[in-house]
Amino acid sequence: MNFKLRVWRQKNGTAKGAMVEYDARDISSDMSFLEMLDTVNENLIHEGQEPIAFDHDCREGICGMCSLMINGVAHGPERTTTTCQLHMRKFKDGDKITVEPWRANAFPIIRDLVVDRRALDRIMQAGGYVSVKTGSAPDANSIPVAKEDADAAFEAAECIGCGACVAACPNASATLFVAAKTAQYAHLPQGQPERSKRAINMVEAMDRDGFGSCTNHYECEAACPKGISVRFIAELNRDFLKAAMTTAKFGTLPPLPDFEE
Amino acid sequence: MNRLVGLFSTSIGRKLMMAVTGVLLLGFLVAHMLGNMIVFQGQDALNAYADWLTGHPMLWIARAHLLAFFALHTYLGVRLATENRIARPTRYQHRTRHQASTPASRYMILTGLVVLAFVAYHLAHFTFGAVDPGYPALVDDQGRHDVYGMIVHGFRQPWIVGTYVVAMLLLGTHLIHGARSLFQTLGLNHESFNVIIRVMTLGLVMLIVLGNISIPLFVYFGLPTH
Amino acid sequence: MKLDAKTPDGPLEKKWDQHRFDMKLVNPANRRKYRIIVVGSGLAGASAAATLGGLGYNVDCFCFQDSPRRAHSVAAQGGINAAKNYQNDGDSVFRLFYDTVKGGDFRAREANVHRLAEVSTQIIDQCVAQGVPFAREYGGLLDNRSFGGAQVSRTFYARGQTGQQLLLGAYGALSREIERGTVKMHTRVEMLDIVKVDDQARGIITRHLVSGRIARWGADAVVLATGGYGNIFYLSTNAAGCNVTATYRAYKKGALFANPCYTQIHPTCIPVAGEHQSKLTLMSESLRNDGRIWVPKQQGDQRKPREIPEAERDYYLERKYPAFGNLSPRDIASRAAKEVCDEGRGVGPMGRGVYLDFADSIERLGRATIEQRYGNLFDMYEKITGENPYELPMRIYPASHYTMGGLWVDYHLMSTIEGLHVIGEANFSDHGANRLGASALMQGLADGYFILPHTIAHYLASHKFEPVSTDDPAFEDAEREVRAGIQRLLDVNGTRSVDSFHKELGHIMWEYCGMTRNEAGLKKAIGLIRELRAEFWRDVCVTGENEEFNVALEKAGRVADFLEFGEVLCYDALQRAESCGAHFREEFQTSDGEAKRDDENYTYVAAWEFGGIGEEPTLHKEPLEFENVELATRSYK
Repeated sequence: MNFKLRVWRQKNGTAKGAMVEYDARDISSDMSFLEMLDTVNENLIHEGQEPIAFDHDCREGICGMCSLMINGVAHGPERTTTTCQLHMRKFKDGDKITVEPWRANAFPIIRDLVVDRRALDRIMQAGGYVSVKTGSAPDANSIPVAKEDADAAFEAAECIGCGACVAACPNASATLFVAAKTAQYAHLPQGQPERSKRAINMVEAMDRDGFGSCTNHYECEAACPKGISVRFIAELNRDFLKAAMTTAKFGTLPPLPDFEE
Repeated sequence: MNRLVGLFSTSIGRKLMMAVTGVLLLGFLVAHMLGNMIVFQGQDALNAYADWLTGHPMLWIARAHLLAFFALHTYLGVRLATENRIARPTRYQHRTRHQASTPASRYMILTGLVVLAFVAYHLAHFTFGAVDPGYPALVDDQGRHDVYGMIVHGFRQPWIVGTYVVAMLLLGTHLIHGARSLFQTLGLNHESFNVIIRVMTLGLVMLIVLGNISIPLFVYFGLPTH
Repeated sequence: MKLDAKTPDGPLEKKWDQHRFDMKLVNPANRRKYRIIVVGSGLAGASAAATLGGLGYNVDCFCFQDSPRRAHSVAAQGGINAAKNYQNDGDSVFRLFYDTVKGGDFRAREANVHRLAEVSTQIIDQCVAQGVPFAREYGGLLDNRSFGGAQVSRTFYARGQTGQQLLLGAYGALSREIERGTVKMHTRVEMLDIVKVDDQARGIITRHLVSGRIARWGADAVVLATGGYGNIFYLSTNAAGCNVTATYRAYKKGALFANPCYTQIHPTCIPVAGEHQSKLTLMSESLRNDGRIWVPKQQGDQRKPREIPEAERDYYLERKYPAFGNLSPRDIASRAAKEVCDEGRGVGPMGRGVYLDFADSIERLGRATIEQRYGNLFDMYEKITGENPYELPMRIYPASHYTMGGLWVDYHLMSTIEGLHVIGEANFSDHGANRLGASALMQGLADGYFILPHTIAHYLASHKFEPVSTDDPAFEDAEREVRAGIQRLLDVNGTRSVDSFHKELGHIMWEYCGMTRNEAGLKKAIGLIRELRAEFWRDVCVTGENEEFNVALEKAGRVADFLEFGEVLCYDALQRAESCGAHFREEFQTSDGEAKRDDENYTYVAAWEFGGIGEEPTLHKEPLEFENVELATRSYK
């Protein structure tokens, strides 16, 4: 198969970028999208040009490192599939394919198709956990959890933190990401003590990093490679409302740590 | 920190306020539409209703609230739209393929602003008489302000009818996303009820839009007006 | 060099308890005066950094990914073992210990394995408290399954994503400490060398992958949690970024590398589809519970699988191992697949594959049941191959998966460099010559949560530390070397991509040092690796410069290390003139083709000391003593 690629190239975070056209020739339909890019890069290196930088790691759809806006769709045309699991047989020979990085104020570009997603980590640091010191846990079976709750928690916990929800959202909002985490713990007894605080702190952290707000477009759910439901956003909204009406405090986020990287 | 300030300073807090003001405005729209329907009972009924309303001791309190909700809703909407634009300073070059959102959801700010402009026009038209300076002076034979007369007079002109119809359709688009959305925002999303929510919100919005549109159309085409 | 494992005395089941009491402690008020570097943020690294931060130490944690949540632990599917005996089916700490030692073909240290089995139960408690959504029964209690041929159900799981859920638990704990300020997290930073001051590990040199900045970091102790080296085969189930650089550079600085030849090949992966392939995807071992493995009886049979009649199929695992059949252990199932493919009976476009057929199960249980059990795996298979496994049998083939070998550590998880601790897959660990399913997650978390925090405290409390300055000549020298190494890569200016060298190295390793090995092949491999290394330094093309985000440069450094490390792996396979666990030497097999151990001569850990590039490393032996189990032959007939 042969393809015409238009790829965003940008030397670094401050340089000006542009779309550059490349030919992808003799591509096997069994290749994954990333293997197709590997092949293009191999040719670029042959010609003494710098390869296209893109993020990837596990290549089995679980680490959340790969990204890419492919023809205007986060992770490409196949639903519930990460870019690394998208195969070229889903395209037609001769297709024109436009490849762009995730675009969001909170995701500055590092190079070409690579963006900085640490804002998602900062949200997690604001409360994406149950505070439990190592060694202080009671026996695992001492608190039964209804199977339905455990299953619901699992469905939310499947988030791989790739940022496709942000990329696909017309508002570049990370609400589905936040909701997936808050909902996981909201469905488990272990998550209850910090439930209100978590909802408020994680939302405040999301706002701090310049993500947009949710206006219920639901593009996030459609783009999510794990198919995480916007139902969890409703649950987050509910938790947030309850927190706002009860005891939890606003504005308690500690300042971001400042240290040399 | 003050709880209200806290609510105001977070995106979801503002969204909740958006939903709450939205519900209240929606309630007003329903009441307004039902009040409008009295026009079909004729001049006397409508003018009597208008007279009762303007003389009601709660009128100004209600108007003040309405104005406050409307202003808050507008402010939040504009702020939301601005912030969301800033959240993605560089657009995608390839047209993004929408998989779930609807034109209604994507053009909320546009439809919202058009409705805002329409409200201004509507008030100028019927409340302040700015469009036709003769309106405030119109009285019926019982000496009441002749609201019925204004309507009949106003909707004889095709461009006014056109404006009202278009505005109501855009309001409908705004409401269809808003009404559905507020359930989600208030945390009411369950697969068992989502279909019911969709059908009921659609019904309500159609009722408001069709009810309101029917007046200029009926007047213009000269259908039963007693 | 005499290798002292520092195994405590006393009865096996008392050793760890007693030792925890005997070890020195660091006063809570003094902990913040110590700085600890943790390299790697997978299950072992994240759990260690979070726990140490929680105890009050100052921790600097480094990972080369953009977030700790991406570490390759995330990809583990099956589950995590623990001797909880919740199913009341006869499990116990001793049984888990015994199964692990036996599964490792009696090449692991008894005391370590027993400790692992002991703390396994605490891991589950910890993870549940963190909100890890393990599978549950309708009564609300935790569910277990039997995994990898174990006779008890001791595996805890979260659908097919146990590794992800456990990692997110540890990542959450780590995130909490980052917010509290006890852990400073450095992402997209790669460790390129460790720094020894007065023979103690006192720091590391790193390269920031975005800016290219080379930095020095001082500390009182260094912990490596950098995973395994399975990517030496190029094609493996590991993530693209997994590498040997951190452990290999520690090895070059004097840490011994133990048992590198113990590399586990997983039997159920999707076969290679062509030269372009960059990655092999694991299909959970649980598929073997309901799938039947077969190849055509006839060589080069080109018929479609459904056209081959029952009588012309060879269900070779059921034939050779009637007791365990399709559930035979990983190493055995892998070798059997290789054997039938070598005979020319392999299936699929490249002839390297065997069928895993669900037709019988679908007929017996119905499609719905199979879909419920394996739906997500079947979908994944279809995404990758474009074939529908409900209609056609799956094609599978073994692939490199996990490495039991790693840096040698004593009972305190400390390497032969004082202060340099190694945890998780990066150390030579507790698995011996073969790892049982669902034991890797257990070991990573055991090390990070429950073992290292105690032993490192003992180390810190038993030494006096002069404050370390990164202006020390040792740091200067290390940084200079790192810079020179990078410059050397950039200066080659050749024509071949880094990947092409990696691929070629992978071919050599897979061919001569993969599922089966022999003396002639290993010797040949060493020669080939040397030639390839020479060509690499003559002809590799690394574009760009150091002071930028440079993927080619990152990879080049890692592949350069693999090109040296490959030799160590082959030397180890060569010296181990026996077959044990995952290491199968063709010269040493029974008359019916099974692995033949040589307990008299090879019951030791082989630990290698760096002797210079291209020089044969020096072998040190740590004898293994078995006081509590009897060395038996593994038989699955």
